[in-house]
Amino acid sequence: MRIIVCAKQVPDTNEVRIDPVKGTLIRDGVPSILNPDDANALEAALQLKEQVGNAAVSVLSMGPPQASYMLRECLAMGADDAYLLSSRAFGGADTCATSTTLAAGVRKIGGADIIFAGRQAIDGDTAQVGPQLAQRLGLPVVTYVQKIRSVSEGKAVVERQLEDGYEVIEVKLPCLLTCVKELNEPRYMTVRGIVEAYEKEITVWNEKDVALDPAQCGLNASPTQVHRSFTPPQKGKGKMLSGSISEMAAQLVGELNEKHLL
Amino acid sequence: MAVIVHEDLCRGCKKCVKACPFEAITIEGKKAVIGLGCTQCGACVEVCPFGAIEKEAAEKETVDISQYHGVWVFAEQRGGVLMDVALELLGEGRRLADEIGTELCAVLLGENVEVLAEELFRYGADKVYLGQHPELVTYNTDAYTNVIYKAIREYKPEIVLLGATHIGRDLGPCLAVRCGTGLTADCTRLEIDPESKGLQQTRPAFGGNLMATIVCPNHRPQMSTVRPGVMQKLMPDETRSGEVVALKVEFADGEIRTKVLEIVRTMKETVKLTDAEIIVAGGRGLSDPEGFRLLEKLAKKLGGVVGASRAAVDAGWIDHSRQIGQTGTTVKPKIYIACGISGAIQHLAGMQNSGCIIAINKYEGAPIFEIADYGIVGDLYKVIPAILEALDLE
Repeated sequence: MRIIVCAKQVPDTNEVRIDPVKGTLIRDGVPSILNPDDANALEAALQLKEQVGNAAVSVLSMGPPQASYMLRECLAMGADDAYLLSSRAFGGADTCATSTTLAAGVRKIGGADIIFAGRQAIDGDTAQVGPQLAQRLGLPVVTYVQKIRSVSEGKAVVERQLEDGYEVIEVKLPCLLTCVKELNEPRYMTVRGIVEAYEKEITVWNEKDVALDPAQCGLNASPTQVHRSFTPPQKGKGKMLSGSISEMAAQLVGELNEKHLL
Repeated sequence: MAVIVHEDLCRGCKKCVKACPFEAITIEGKKAVIGLGCTQCGACVEVCPFGAIEKEAAEKETVDISQYHGVWVFAEQRGGVLMDVALELLGEGRRLADEIGTELCAVLLGENVEVLAEELFRYGADKVYLGQHPELVTYNTDAYTNVIYKAIREYKPEIVLLGATHIGRDLGPCLAVRCGTGLTADCTRLEIDPESKGLQQTRPAFGGNLMATIVCPNHRPQMSTVRPGVMQKLMPDETRSGEVVALKVEFADGEIRTKVLEIVRTMKETVKLTDAEIIVAGGRGLSDPEGFRLLEKLAKKLGGVVGASRAAVDAGWIDHSRQIGQTGTTVKPKIYIACGISGAIQHLAGMQNSGCIIAINKYEGAPIFEIADYGIVGDLYKVIPAILEALDLE
């Protein structure tokens, strides 16, 4: 069985802070990490491999050369090989263009029986690339997968998370599944895994390697464009209450009553 | 892609599949599909007996946008009930359609759902495109994508809006790729450019600290998803009515590749965070799942509901359906009480438009105080009982 995991290196947005004076983002010193949902996708792939035995897990990413650090992490967790789509031509891609590039990468690898992706990346939060990739590859897709009940010959049965419950869905293979954090607990890298990861090659491909025309990549192939970006007006700091706890509580209730909020 | 298949002409004869030197054509649902391996060599154009394959001139990459008219809203229904977000989008869509000077249409799929059309008219729709079929009873990616894609191709809307629900966020991306257009996720503001009449879609980036306005100038339709609770419904107008246009719905064998075996509702009652006027939310500072009982008490007293930050959900203290923030629900209640929430930017993105924000936190330096209307530095396990007491004195 061939399994491909799509992963993205993202800035750890939990570490992003705002400059309280300028209201701008402080990006210095923000670490780059494997996107959390993608770690769940990789874990799902590794568990499936352990279950079926005869399987190979490839990790595929699009990004700048330094994304290879994230791919090494994936190898150290247990992935068999890793591919990085990296080229200036891929720059400025919206989700539409990103899915085209990833689809070309999947084809170059030779396709897969199951492709796992994270539901969304924490830097963009769009949740679009997974289903878009499936459409480009002509594969059925199930998004928000919170449990994999079974994978057998030609089909999988999975649970798809809804706002107030879940659906049990049977999907034909090959297919693409996007994973949420409830699916599993991603494993840690092992010492042996880390050593082995550094003995493996990460294959780097540009647009020519995956038979794409520059017009099909990056900014050129992105229907959406950023018209402008701006910092939203900051709401001013309000009133800090003081006194004993019961005084502050009474003051708060008084203020809310005065404003007819209660 | 410059080589295109006219699906209405294609008979699925596979001559093109054999002729393609790059193995880039597949047959899906008895229609030829040009894959990414296509080098635009045109070999398939020659062999097609039905004239169904066309090679477009390279420079004609963009669509003729003047052919696209009307604002569409995906009228998401579950179990025969329209989702609130669909009605909110009609409110917003009405404004956009009036500004452009065009019609507002709803796309309604299901089985025996024609009664819902009246509700869509009352909330602002001029026209309802209605697709009914047993396969459409519940949402299904392939079925919904294919039906709406065909409708978009036939009727050519200029704007398509979808709710950013688990369903809208599945359908939207699939439709956008099929239509060869762009999609902007989780928009918080939509405006019409007075000159081009194009749609300007504003969405938060980096957890709401940066806003980006996105345009889709050369492709149609312009597509956006919008989170529940962001836009305003219109007051229903009982006198409004409109036209119902039936969509032709038929599926080929194997066209629908997923099957919903069962739908399980795990929540006893749906938490209506988006509708709540008062929200009492807890975070890591509770340090214990039991803390939510205290929050529940305060919420009950105030007639509100309990929400949570991602940290509390990740700790397993409360169900993810309660999560407020960038990943989670966007809320704007009259009163938001943040208890033991430090105020990570992802959380602020989901609640900073609340009417009155009250922050209770042990740490004076917590970022939540920067946006709070009232701040109390102290142990929430002492502050909340004191507030309950003060409320009792009323």
